[in-house]
Formats: sequence, C-alpha cells, structure tokens
Amino acid sequence: MDPIKSVTSKTVVLPVDNVDTDQIIPARFLTTTTKEGLGTNLFADWRRDPDFVLNREEAKGAQVLVAGENFGCGSSREHAPWALLGFGFRAVVSRSIADIFKANAVKNGLVPVEVGEEIHRALLDHPGWVVTVDLERRLLVLPDGREAAFPIDGFARHCLLQGIDPLDFLREQEDKIRAYEAAT
Amino acid sequence: MTARVPLTLFEKLWRRHLVVPETEEHPPVVYIDLHLIHEVTSPQAFTELEARGLPVRRPDRTAATMDHSTPTLVDENGRPRFFNRETEAQVETLRRNCEKFGIPLYALGDSRQGIVHVIGPELGLTRPGMTIVCGDSHTSTHGAFGAWAFGIGTTEVGHVLATQCLLQSKPKTFEVRIDGLLAHGVTAKDLILAIIREIGVDGGIGHAIEYRGSAIEALSMEERMTVCNMSIEGGARAGLIAPDETTFQYLEGRPQSPKGRDWDRAVSDWKSLPTDPGAPYDRTVSLDASKIEPMLTYGTNPGMSVRIGDAIPRDANEKSLRYMGVSPGEKLLGKPVDVVFIGSCTNSRISDLRLAASVMKGRRVAGGVRALVVPGSQEVKRQAAAEGLDRIFREAGAEWREPGCSMCIAMNGDQLSPGELAISTSNRNFEGRQGKGGRTILASPLTAAAAAVTGKITDARTLME
Repeated sequence: MDPIKSVTSKTVVLPVDNVDTDQIIPARFLTTTTKEGLGTNLFADWRRDPDFVLNREEAKGAQVLVAGENFGCGSSREHAPWALLGFGFRAVVSRSIADIFKANAVKNGLVPVEVGEEIHRALLDHPGWVVTVDLERRLLVLPDGREAAFPIDGFARHCLLQGIDPLDFLREQEDKIRAYEAAT
Repeated sequence: MTARVPLTLFEKLWRRHLVVPETEEHPPVVYIDLHLIHEVTSPQAFTELEARGLPVRRPDRTAATMDHSTPTLVDENGRPRFFNRETEAQVETLRRNCEKFGIPLYALGDSRQGIVHVIGPELGLTRPGMTIVCGDSHTSTHGAFGAWAFGIGTTEVGHVLATQCLLQSKPKTFEVRIDGLLAHGVTAKDLILAIIREIGVDGGIGHAIEYRGSAIEALSMEERMTVCNMSIEGGARAGLIAPDETTFQYLEGRPQSPKGRDWDRAVSDWKSLPTDPGAPYDRTVSLDASKIEPMLTYGTNPGMSVRIGDAIPRDANEKSLRYMGVSPGEKLLGKPVDVVFIGSCTNSRISDLRLAASVMKGRRVAGGVRALVVPGSQEVKRQAAAEGLDRIFREAGAEWREPGCSMCIAMNGDQLSPGELAISTSNRNFEGRQGKGGRTILASPLTAAAAAVTGKITDARTLME
C-alpha cells in the first residue's frame, strides 16, 4: 500500500443517511475473486439514474465523498471500500461511519473521517468544496478556514502514513502468540 | 480476602483472549479461537497468503462452508445448478484453497453443509467462552452461546488465516435488558426488530451488546441466535447472551462438543462466564417484552419498523417510502405481497420452519404468490423431512429448496424482480438487497407464512388456534 499523508480534493456530496454496503456495491458483483474492477459498479443501482451525483460532470476526479450519517452500515464486504477506491475516492466524510466499514477502509488506504454536526452540515451544504484531509495532523481543513479534528485509530493512522501492512506487525508477534497458545 | 471486581461477560471474554495489550503504538492483539470462512469473502485473502508464501497458521481452528452464492436447486442427477460461471468458479476456488491449506470444508454435497451461522452451532464448533470471527457481519449470531463473535473484512480474514490473531480495539459494553415474557404469537424476530427500532440502526456503533433479563433467559438457543444475529442491524458488531442450562443442553452431544470429563470441565468453566452482579456497562437500555407485538419493516433499513397493526409514521423518510411504494399513515396489514421468503441465518432453523409450517399446514399458498422455504442446513432439511414439514410446505404449494443464503443476499439467482414486494424472514430490507429493484418487508416466520397463505400482510395470530 502506498503511504498516504493527505488528500486535497473537491467533494462529492451524497446527502443520504444509513448508506449501506449493498448500495455501495450490490451483492451480484461479489462473485469476483479479485479486488479489481469494482469501481465500475460503485453504487450500480443508484447510478442508473442519470442525475445521480456520481454521474454528473462535477464528480469527475473527486477524491472525497461526503455522505449522511452511519455510512457503510450492513454487510462486512470489503468490496465496498475496494469499489470506492476503484472509482477514485481516497476519503469518506460523515458524522458517523459503521464499525466494520471503517476497519476495512483503513486497511486499503481509504481514510474514514468522522466530524461533528456543524462541520458535517457545512459540507453537505457546499458540494464541490475543496477540502484537505490532513492525516498527519488528523484535521479536515475547509475552504472557509475552519479546521475540524477527526478521530482515527493511532495504529491505523501510522500504517496509512507509512504505507505499513498491519499483517507484518501481527506476524512479528509470533513469540507472544505462541506463548499465549501454550498457556491456554 | 480481597474484593473481586465484578466483570461483565464481555470483559471476561476480552481478558481471556488478550495476547498483546494495547500500547501507545498499537491496538490490542486478540486471539481468535474459531475462524469460519465461506466462498465470497475469502478468495482475496488466500491470494494474499499465496503472494507472501504463508501457510494457514491453524487450519484446526478454521472451518469452511459454501453458502452465499450457492444454488438452492439441483439438476436431475442431484448436482447443483449454478446461477452462472462466476458463482461456480467462486465455489471451486474455495474448494481448491481448502485443499491446499488443509482446512476442513463442509462443501456442497456434504451432509453437514449449510449457512455458516447455522452449521457452526449445529456441529458444536461454536461454544461458550470463544472468540469467533467470519467474513460476514452476521457472525454476531454465535454470541448467543456466550462467545465474542463478530464480522470482519477480507483483509482481516487474511490476518486470522496467517496469525490466528486480530488487531482489535476494545468495544464499549451495552446492556440491553428485556424483562417480562413475549406474548403468544410474538417471536424472537419481533423482539430483535423492536430492539433495533428502540436503539436505532447506528445505536450499537462501537459497542458489544449483551442481551439480558428474564425474556432472554426464557428463549431457546435458536431464538437467542435470531436475536444476536441482528445485532449488526443495530450497529453492533457483536451481541452476546450469557451461557446457561439452555446453552449446555443444546451443545451436549453435538459432533464437535467436548465429551466425557472434558465436557464436565468445559461446563464448569462456562458457568463462570456470566456477568457478575454489579458489573458496570457503558450503556443500558431496557424494554418490556410483554408489550412487544409482531413487527414489520416498512422502509429500507431494519430500524424502520412498526407493530403489525400500526400505521407508517407520518415523519418517515420520504426516499425510503417512495422506494417501498408506501405512504405515511398507511397500514401494511392487508397489503398484497408477490413473494414470501422463509430462510436466512436469521430464521432458517428447525424451530423457524416449525412456526411457518404451523400456519401453512392444511392451507395453500395464495394465487399469484411465490413462496420459497430454504432450510439453513442439510441437517435442518433432514430434520424437517423427518417431521413431515417439507410435505406441509410442498402441499401448500411452496418451493422447498436446498440449504444456503438464497434470497437473503440474492447472489445465486434466487431473487426478486424489479418492483416485486417480498415479505422475508431475513435480516436486511436495504434497497435491492433481494434483487435489483425488489422491495422487502422483514418479519417473523409466523408473519411470513401468514402472508404466503393469504396473499397479503396478515397477523398470523388470526390464523392460529
């Protein structure tokens, strides 16, 4: 995974709460055995509407998706972050992001950004704002000068910043794992 | 004598499985006792292992089945009729990976095959005190046994295959206390739908739920599984119930359960797991079971539900209602349905089929309605046949299928057509979940069966003696 320090991009706004992973990537596209090519079918059913936000000109090149609360709820499918990344997104901003989605996102270089109500409202009201997700400082920087701190697991942040695979860290714990197994 | 700090069930499980405590640099490392895998969320994890030249660390703590994209129809020679080449390739990939890495596989055609969250408990693989993971969000089901069980993504499937461990931050604890008793005709499915409505679909984010109280204690193991299964629909990755005599009776004699003196030792250990009196939870919600009625969802997430006789709220989300083709203030009772689906890891066990059969016995599926009954496992299918339930369903005009996830996830060709309205015993009413453009009302097996025989949303209690 390539290190990721910050993302600066215009936003795409999807003002819908409880966007579930079945919408992000419908189950009929889960028959794949690879991670590639899923971006084509991101939000496949909603994209049948020509006016859906991802079909509009302004979505082209956007790397930050702003969505309603409880984003990524439902199924544990990692195909959801794979599809978002495949489409070109590098960060998702919401008031709250579902636990499994969040865990999957950070492992693939998609930054989950949870912000308070006021900042979230401002982002929803201003589609296309150019924002910076500053992972080093854990800040979301808005074009009006406001900066919003966002929480992110320290280790996940470290892995994203350094491009470290957490599996390498786990494998380095082999002695402790063996000791645990011997003791139980 | 030193005073012992009272601990919750979750805290006890947490402490038992901590391999490396949290530091400034990294989250805790926890040990995984049982890793269940299936064909849809594992292939990319095996690819990663192969790319790194790593073995599966503990194939003996891993078990695989085929369920998500598998057909529920067979040809005249009993061979599965795959929906398409991709689903067949996926199943074949799992078979190859299990062979290569030495993982026990309950494959299609095996007498023990079935939905992963049905066969784990059935085989006695699921036991109290364990940590259990699977690349499937309904892994919370296994929490019914007093295990810490939760869904993971494919990258984490790779972590567990390679190290039998996960980096896992500690969730907060959430007590959901249900006292009183469920009324006649009100099921565990109605209970969990009522709980989700109460806490919201994001209410459990960051928490492990423990369901407690007299209503929970009175539930059978299969009912407890239905409750824990839908914890994720309330936002919680895990939902737990303390093990008790009901748990031990269910597990005794199962193929993988401990035997003889090992059994006695295990039971005495499991008895130490329940939450100590006075142990604190981060959050508590209480509900009175006796006030719960049969529930129906009317919208596009599992929190959007009403009691069966109630009208859809006036302030319900407009986009959801438009998708569902319903209006604020409308009652669902009497609404015609196109499809009835009885199955899924929520409601496909023998007790669920008994409930459905009790309503369908001696009745016919209404004209124009397609009813699918999909048992959760080969074992459930055999038991249903032994009790004559399969005949009741067939004679009623329902389709009696092979075990699998089927129309809950609609990957295998069992799916709704655009615009069709289904009443389903599954767990998700998301847009298109049961097929592109399909609409889903979630309900209990009783309510689903009542709709099958009347052709419309019906209170099953009006059909019961």
